[in-house]
Amino acid sequence: MNTMNHKSDKKLPELLSTAPSYLWLFVFFLLPSLLVFAIAFKSADSSGGISDSWTLSTISNVLRQDYIIVLWRTIWVSVVVTALCLLLSIPVAYWIAQQPKKYRYWYLLLIIIPLWTNFLIRIFAWRTLLHPEGFLRTALLWLGVIPDDMFLLNNMGAVITVTVYTCLPFAILPIFAAAEKFNFALLEAARDLGASRFKAFYAIFLPGIKRGILTAILVVFIPAMGSYAIPDLVGGVDGELLGNKIALRASANRNLPEAAALAAMLSIIITVPVLAFMLKHKRLLRNIISIRRSAGDSTK
Amino acid sequence: MTFAVMIFMYLPIAVLIAQSFNSSRYGGRWKGFSLKWYEALFRDSSVINATLNTLVVALVATLVSTVIGTSAAWALNRYKSRLQTSHYGLVYAPLVVPDVLMGISMLLMFVSFKVELGLTTVILAHITFCLSFVAFTVLARLQDFDFTILQAAQDLGAGPWRILWKILLPLLGPGIAAGAMMAFTLSMDDFVVTFFVGGPGSTTLPVKVYSMMKHGPPAIINALSVVFMAFTFTVAILGQIFTRKKF
Repeated sequence: MNTMNHKSDKKLPELLSTAPSYLWLFVFFLLPSLLVFAIAFKSADSSGGISDSWTLSTISNVLRQDYIIVLWRTIWVSVVVTALCLLLSIPVAYWIAQQPKKYRYWYLLLIIIPLWTNFLIRIFAWRTLLHPEGFLRTALLWLGVIPDDMFLLNNMGAVITVTVYTCLPFAILPIFAAAEKFNFALLEAARDLGASRFKAFYAIFLPGIKRGILTAILVVFIPAMGSYAIPDLVGGVDGELLGNKIALRASANRNLPEAAALAAMLSIIITVPVLAFMLKHKRLLRNIISIRRSAGDSTK
Repeated sequence: MTFAVMIFMYLPIAVLIAQSFNSSRYGGRWKGFSLKWYEALFRDSSVINATLNTLVVALVATLVSTVIGTSAAWALNRYKSRLQTSHYGLVYAPLVVPDVLMGISMLLMFVSFKVELGLTTVILAHITFCLSFVAFTVLARLQDFDFTILQAAQDLGAGPWRILWKILLPLLGPGIAAGAMMAFTLSMDDFVVTFFVGGPGSTTLPVKVYSMMKHGPPAIINALSVVFMAFTFTVAILGQIFTRKKF
């Protein structure tokens, strides 16, 4: 009896300090996330609410062809965005990691500063830039790089450009963190042993920063899959992604169960590979946290 | 390459700032320096209203999420048990879930439980996504913390409240402040979640910017963006100063 009392005495501070966040996230995060899957089996009532009876029709509605096309588009756009981010951020991270230590922090700060502007404002800035009478198109026309009938806004190209723009810092940071720890003397050694510059880069450097690259893939791919505001504002009609369909079903064209079914689809598609990925590389968890924290922003 | 990426990063922002002083209505050509968009902006009462909403939401969300998040960080750092393993997962998960999913799931919950959408639901949602960021920011600080100091204080006869006020808060203060600053920026910046769980009368600045982009006069948004940017920069720089300063 006495020992049990003692044990619960020790438990009490732990429970008290754990309870607020545990209960809060249980109610406002876990419960709603599970609710999405339940509501996917409901149908909409006439007033835009959720009916009481259960049905499979919402799920079969969501598997319609036009939704599958949007889903497929969402996946390939996210893959292209992730690839472009890697392509741009690896050379940048490589370069910054080789600079004298006292300057590195300043270069990184330069990468992070654009994130301090509101996400929507960054999208708006791109709208101004890509506008048919905007700076970029006028300049490119004048240079003769693009034909007269080419527009830069309201297409898939704009969606990809702007998503890469907003995600790039999140790709550079983890790759830089890995590159900074990389021993650059290994590259010289490889060169001395007769490897070409290119071979040394991809056979020694890339495997050396593997962890950073994997983290970058996760922090770019997941938000890209859930992207909503960017396609909505620069994508035009053909640039719609799954996030737009969810938002549309939740607001203007209200059908909450259908929004739930689409959200359930999106979360399954994201969760399954991510979970598999993370179980294999447990330390990635910590990397992602520190990247999102150090950037002081999240990609929304 | 780095140079090219830097141009890519800064060109849109530079053009935006220039445009806000351009007297031409639809951008495009430069028609001379003007402050008229700024004047129009400060006369717009809905913008002022949205600013007030943004500040109220950010302040309340920061306050609550800082308290709960700090307590969570404390538990995660101090105790190693099964409970903490699931606690860790629960605090971690919101960081990797896209905002669209977070927004829609909370909207569905509020609708299912017949909660009226408005400032309250926006604040509840903001606390939820700020909490995890605060917890992990403070947790990073706690991991460097030397707990033998507490033992020493206890041995010298300090009570729990005295330890809290005289040792814990002063030493962990900068970490907690950094977490709070982070929560404030996140809340002030959020558009997607607010868009989903907001209702009439809960328009925040990002939501206002969004509706202006969709419907409003384009030139005023330039001015609004620059003012908003100046404000976020101030908060972010303060945040950087707090994070840099070690104890």
